[in-house]
Amino acid sequence: MSHILSCTDGSAYAPGIYQHSAWAARQLGTGVKVVHVLDAHRERSHGTDLTGTIGFDASAELTEELVKFEESQARIARLKGKAILDDARTQLSAAGVTDIEVLQLHGSFVETLMALEPAAELIVIGKRGNQAAAAKGHLGGQFERVLRTSVRPVLATSRIFNPVTKFLVAYDGGPSITKALDYLIASPLLKGVPCHILRAGKIDDTAKWYLEEAAQKLRTAGYEVTSEATPGSAEDVISAAIASQQASLLVMGAYGHSPIRQFILGSTTTTMVRTVRVPVLMFR
Amino acid sequence: MSAFPLSAFFVFVFSPSYLSSWSGNVRNDLLAGLVVALALIPEAIAFSIIAGVDPKVGLYASFCIAVITSIFGGRPGMISAATGAMALLMVTLVKDHGLQYLLAATLLTGVFQLIAGALKIGDIMRFVSKSVMTGFVNALAILIFMAQLPEFKGAGWMMYAMLAGSLAIIYLLPRLTKAVPSPLVAIIVMTALAVGLNLDVRRVGDLGALPDSLPYFLWPQVPLNFDTLSIILPYSAGLAMVGLLESWMTAQIVDDMTDTPSDKNRESTGQGLGNIVAGLFGGMAGCAMIGQSVINVKSGGRCRLSTLTAGVVLLLLIVAGNHWVKQIPMPALVAVMIMVSIGTFSWASFRNMKLHPKSSSIVMLSTVIVVVATHNLAIGVGVGALLSGIFFARKVAQVLRVTSGLDAAAECRTYTVTGQVFYASAEAFVKEFNFKEVLAKVRVDITHAHLWDLTAVSALDKVVLKFRREGTEVELIGMNEASATLVDKLGIHDKPDALERLLAH
Repeated sequence: MSHILSCTDGSAYAPGIYQHSAWAARQLGTGVKVVHVLDAHRERSHGTDLTGTIGFDASAELTEELVKFEESQARIARLKGKAILDDARTQLSAAGVTDIEVLQLHGSFVETLMALEPAAELIVIGKRGNQAAAAKGHLGGQFERVLRTSVRPVLATSRIFNPVTKFLVAYDGGPSITKALDYLIASPLLKGVPCHILRAGKIDDTAKWYLEEAAQKLRTAGYEVTSEATPGSAEDVISAAIASQQASLLVMGAYGHSPIRQFILGSTTTTMVRTVRVPVLMFR
Repeated sequence: MSAFPLSAFFVFVFSPSYLSSWSGNVRNDLLAGLVVALALIPEAIAFSIIAGVDPKVGLYASFCIAVITSIFGGRPGMISAATGAMALLMVTLVKDHGLQYLLAATLLTGVFQLIAGALKIGDIMRFVSKSVMTGFVNALAILIFMAQLPEFKGAGWMMYAMLAGSLAIIYLLPRLTKAVPSPLVAIIVMTALAVGLNLDVRRVGDLGALPDSLPYFLWPQVPLNFDTLSIILPYSAGLAMVGLLESWMTAQIVDDMTDTPSDKNRESTGQGLGNIVAGLFGGMAGCAMIGQSVINVKSGGRCRLSTLTAGVVLLLLIVAGNHWVKQIPMPALVAVMIMVSIGTFSWASFRNMKLHPKSSSIVMLSTVIVVVATHNLAIGVGVGALLSGIFFARKVAQVLRVTSGLDAAAECRTYTVTGQVFYASAEAFVKEFNFKEVLAKVRVDITHAHLWDLTAVSALDKVVLKFRREGTEVELIGMNEASATLVDKLGIHDKPDALERLLAH
């Protein structure tokens, strides 16, 4: 049976993640699989031994030393992870989810997720994790990589869960948003929730026509839809619309451009997820 | 460079895991790179002397190879530069034909390694057993140590005194502080003493030219003809092989220390590109260094940045501090090299000789002896790998049992064979049958045996023929099951249960 893959690291975003997962599980009628990845970050070192000398059996001795160090760290991390997962189970059952599976794995977060996600219906992750929790306005370091590699819809959650009473679709005419529309039409996730679809950027007759076509598609699928075409930068228009429409969820396509171009120009996706205060459902 | 298409390069460079192999550990990588650069100076100089070229040849090589392998190599955090194992192979080439031929040979070495990378032969490392690897590092350590011995020839007491002083600083200073590299302190103290007291010891400046500028592009000045090729080809082939072997082994050691994976075939490509660039910029062939890589990991280096830093800092130090480097007394360098050789040697292998099976120790010791005798690590590894193959075959050959039962009324004996029949056990297999016994019928049940090769088949043939010659009727049972192992690839893909069936009987 398919499930919602809920990724947690026990950060301040964790309760939000569980509540959003529980909501999605209710809507989709599936179970929740909570995964916690123990990433030992072997690419980082801790030593400050700058003596530059090597003694007898240097490599064997050094291996022994490193194993001893990482062993104690890993044991703590494992116990912490177990506590996080116990907490996840408690919170999810309190939110009414009955089919809960918890999973603890070693490895890098993104690679582990890539292996798990084909079996998942939806991926729920926090906008920020442990390492970025302090830096407000920044996204978690792993976030972008997850979005880039993911083949499933990804729900990036905010810290606090608000019942989804209205959602906004940021329509840009690209292939990822088309995928998003198809999903909305086929999936019960947001059925019955009023929708506001909008298009930003350069507005001409063609743009309007496509927007109306998309709105009509959603109407046919049973959504209550309002639409809007406002010229201006996507970031400003979307932020303003979320405020005026009191939308509690944003649906959009993710990362239309190559990493090289984005490195130079920056990405609308990243900016949007960072600036809006509502959860974002993304498709690639 | 068709072995390394541009598009593949971009996919590789912009992959998230590649980027994090640069940026995952910046601060510690920079510090570790610095420590390694300081330790590389004496090594690069010492190995140039072994090869019989100016120190600048080894120093340029170390710079080029470290920088290129940091970008293209398959093992982040591994240090590659001019090495002793390679230097030893080029001695006669330099002596007979000169530096330009060495540069050409270095270039060709790189080309061979690129081809090895494209053919993905890194997988053959799994045929090199642990004992051979131990023998390899021990032999390497002995070679590095032996290369220091000429420095003692005709040296006065000053040499020994300074050597002892340097070793004392190198090993004792870390007990006081872990914030400064003790080999560097030893070198600085000895240089200050030698210059200040105007001591009569050999200095680095006496050995030949040091770099006074950044390396520049220089096509090797050799005639491009068949004669040149026939001179450099044997050297390049040997260099390419030893370079890859040492690099793969070092990669394995770094993998084990840091519990992170490496890509052996990408490493071949990186080594190849490194040597090509070294050859074109006036450097000698090099490869990964076990001692330096251990120093790097110990100092906190994990990512590519540490190797890059080591290469760049090395060159800057030498070009800027050229005047000072010339004054370094040889005993200080020899002390650093002795430290490296002691650190590289696997001392535990001596202790373990009593515990480990005798065949493992024989493999290890033969590898060491062959290398020390030939000064060629590739030959040593070849002999070691061959021996371990033979020992393995001998061991598995013991996994064979033939039991029999007699049905006196029918004058029929049934032989039941279980276990492995192949070239090493075929003779023992034939001996298990009693051809003297007079019987009407013999039944040979090989359902639970594996016939691995043609030697096994012909041994079975021989048994059948011998019985038939005595007028005994022979019945073979289970030929199909037993001969399933004859094919080279044990058809696992087309028949998913093939392996289970093999293991089951």
